[in-house]
Amino acid sequence: MPWLTALLALPLVGLIVLLAIPGKARNLVRLWANAVLLAGLGLALPLWQSFDRTANGYQFVDRMQWIPTLGAQFLLGIDGISLLLVLLTSLLGPIAALASWNAIEERTKEFYAMLLLLQFGMLGLFLSLDLLLFFVFFEVVLVPMYFLIGIWGGERRLYAAIKFFLYTLAGSVVLLLGIIALYWQGGLHLARPTFEITELLKLQLALDVQRWLFWAFFVGFAIKVPMVPFHTWLPDAHTEAPTAGSVLLAGVLLKMGTYGFVRLSLPLFPEAAREAAPILAVLSIVAILYGALISLMQQDWKRLVAYSSVSHMGFCTLGLAALNSNGIAGSVLQQFNHGISTSLLFLLVGFVYERRHTRQIADFGGLAVVMPRFAFVFAVAVFSSSGLPLLNGFIGEFTILQGAFIVSRTWAAFAVFGIVLGAAYLLWLYQRTMLGDLRNEANRGLADLSLREWATVLPLLMLALAIGVYPKPWFAVLERPVLEIVGRFGR
Amino acid sequence: MSHYYTDVDHFALLPAILLALFGCAIFLFDFLLGERSRRWHLMLVLPGLAITGWHLWKQGQIAPFTAFHGVLTIDAFGLFFNWLFLLTAALVAVISYRYLEIEDEHQGEYYGLVLMAQAGAYFLAVGTELITIFVGMETMGISFYVLVGFLRRSRRSNEAALKYLILGAFSSGILAYGFSILYGIAGSTYLTDIAVAVAARPAFDPLTILAILTVSAGILFKISAAPFHMWAPDVYEGAPTAVTAYLAVGSKIASLALLLRLFLGPLGSAREAWEPLLALAAIASLTVGNLAAVTQTNAKRMLAYSSIAHAGYLLLGLVAGNTTGLQGIAIYSGAYVFMTIGAFLVLMAVHGEEIDDLNGFARRHPVYAVPMVVFLLSLAGLPPTAGFLGKYYIFLALIESGRYVLALVGAAYVAVALFYYFRLVRSMFLLPTIEVERPKASSLGLRVALGTTGLVTLGAGIYPEPFLQLAMRSLLK
Repeated sequence: MPWLTALLALPLVGLIVLLAIPGKARNLVRLWANAVLLAGLGLALPLWQSFDRTANGYQFVDRMQWIPTLGAQFLLGIDGISLLLVLLTSLLGPIAALASWNAIEERTKEFYAMLLLLQFGMLGLFLSLDLLLFFVFFEVVLVPMYFLIGIWGGERRLYAAIKFFLYTLAGSVVLLLGIIALYWQGGLHLARPTFEITELLKLQLALDVQRWLFWAFFVGFAIKVPMVPFHTWLPDAHTEAPTAGSVLLAGVLLKMGTYGFVRLSLPLFPEAAREAAPILAVLSIVAILYGALISLMQQDWKRLVAYSSVSHMGFCTLGLAALNSNGIAGSVLQQFNHGISTSLLFLLVGFVYERRHTRQIADFGGLAVVMPRFAFVFAVAVFSSSGLPLLNGFIGEFTILQGAFIVSRTWAAFAVFGIVLGAAYLLWLYQRTMLGDLRNEANRGLADLSLREWATVLPLLMLALAIGVYPKPWFAVLERPVLEIVGRFGR
Repeated sequence: MSHYYTDVDHFALLPAILLALFGCAIFLFDFLLGERSRRWHLMLVLPGLAITGWHLWKQGQIAPFTAFHGVLTIDAFGLFFNWLFLLTAALVAVISYRYLEIEDEHQGEYYGLVLMAQAGAYFLAVGTELITIFVGMETMGISFYVLVGFLRRSRRSNEAALKYLILGAFSSGILAYGFSILYGIAGSTYLTDIAVAVAARPAFDPLTILAILTVSAGILFKISAAPFHMWAPDVYEGAPTAVTAYLAVGSKIASLALLLRLFLGPLGSAREAWEPLLALAAIASLTVGNLAAVTQTNAKRMLAYSSIAHAGYLLLGLVAGNTTGLQGIAIYSGAYVFMTIGAFLVLMAVHGEEIDDLNGFARRHPVYAVPMVVFLLSLAGLPPTAGFLGKYYIFLALIESGRYVLALVGAAYVAVALFYYFRLVRSMFLLPTIEVERPKASSLGLRVALGTTGLVTLGAGIYPEPFLQLAMRSLLK
């Protein structure tokens, strides 16, 4: 059964059906979109059971001709790394849709259409094993996200939307040149030109070619992650996007950059990657510390969460820069973890914003009095994000630090300092918003979490706890593919 | 040399004869029937194009062949471009009907001139003799001068026509001068003879360079490439929108075909002399077109500047000089026909020219706004659209031939282009609607053309294989 094709096609089919639903029937639109995304999750979850953890290479491969003239195929498949990200996407999709149920009153049908298109693009990117297909999906996600930010975003949505689009596009055109150059190299040295990643891995590229290609790919992915100094689009886009947009942007879209590094840059250009690793590490450490320091300064609740992503994604790229199995496995798991914890934080900010229509931290304080359940969930989210043991964030960051420590104690030392800062700004945020007396009278009548809101946060809470308490199955999935990547550095 | 014409000669000329005949028939009907002839115009244009198409197809069966002792060369290259002209003319004809009615200029001459222009373009693609080429160029040019000024009561349309006429005549003069030098070099007006004579001359021969300079100046004017682009924004803005689309596509692609014919044929041996020249023109076009487009407030003017940039990309394909580059030009031109006409026809449906006129358009008319996004994405060169394929091939050609810097410049401007194209999307989707509901110049023809261009632009991006095969086959024969 072409399982992955079905998984990929589902949101697209759902989108086409959605277009046939009259826009006035808003609840029907919502119901349908949620159902489609939930069905997608239902289709994705059994992958976890059926996935063979002891096998090398890709599984559930679907191969079809696409553009024979170019040697591009419609080629889908997953290994442990993409499995995690596909599951993350499939989980966050329905959560984002459910979280928007009441928030989107205007142009509802278009909103859910964009959400489904986005889901299609995100899944496609993590599933594709063909470089051209990968690139197409890399670009496809830009359009729906542009509209999500631009139509349903905050006050500065117009600015944020085009800034997001242009930054990512500027990176991806350089990535495109890199892809074309790699394809051309493949045409010179392989039996026939191809975009198939596993075929391209057989290339023995000279070091200077590798270097050029690595940095071309780097520009594309580093902007997407985003790494310092390419991060300036992120706070605007994340802050202005509607909750669903922020969740998917932080939870999934950022991972496209790190996934690109793991899937393409590192294995394809191992020598160049080894050369570039110190630079990546320094940029990552700068991101960790700089992101954390900026977060400390924020007055806007959502903007703080946005900047914290810069810091946390810095850990993911630091793990990659270590180029050993701890670092890379930790990085991938941390990508998954960041998807969970940041989505939680954005969801919670969104809930508060829906009630109070302000995001200024100064407007809150003592919310725990009126919203005890909310405060509890928020506490878990904060602890998860700041890396408290027994929750998911700890596992990822610890493994990354292990990996970094093996390579350089200095890296690890700086990064540990980032964790301290992370705890500082998150706990301080918690203190300023949740604890103390209820200062602002406007907050007195706030309702606690509704059933629908519980439904969006509960799966994430459970996952955070599950990974934190018993991380072994998650690493078991990653073991093979990570070893394969690390093996390429040994040669 | 024999002076008898054979059947093959007539066969080679037939498409142009048919186009001219149908064009004249429309002039005549319009004169005889006056107002009553309106409904017959399209009834004559479309069959005329269909019969022409049938003959093009028949020509394709026996191509390549030459006629009139080498005056015309019917080959896959020429046929490919003629198919593009045919599609362009058909699309322009069907989208014009309602537009002309609204502008109250519903004259038969319009359709006649559209066909006449195409008859001239025919010789630019298949002509292999200088005088024939020049006559074709002028036939096309004069038709366009009249078409640009077709809104007689509009001052801007008149101004545009006058500008285009004066500058166009000037550029034709320069082109004719260049042709005379080529004749001087070879003692013959046949491209095959000129090729031999040019190849026999030393590298960087001053006379050859002078010929290259003058000929390229004349043609670059027609394809609106920098530094000969100044006329384009004014003319594109002033001309009736349907004519702007025709000018931006038909005239540009036809002149491009001539450029390829000359520079890859007779001037091919002087590549080292013209290559840096065209590379500079390409870079200048990309820069001028993209940067100037950013600040425009008029949508037609913005698309005019962007079409200068597109000329730059097409030139880059020629600069790369390998087979991939040629395939890139073919694919790019094909995509360009559909995405450009698509974008212009949506502007016609809005019946407004300022970018602000589009505010909130998507709320009122999503059926037009959504395809417009596809066209704009394609114009910018994003997947999955036809425009992406064109740019992909051009970049691949540049990288294959080691011109990395050119590739990087071309790629960087994609982001700039997206910025100004998406100003239209921003107006249509993100900004609140304007109060005044403008009349919507829609018609059945417009909607059919919208559907066709939209489907091809998106379809060729999602499943490009048949389109690539088509473009490939057109050049390999």
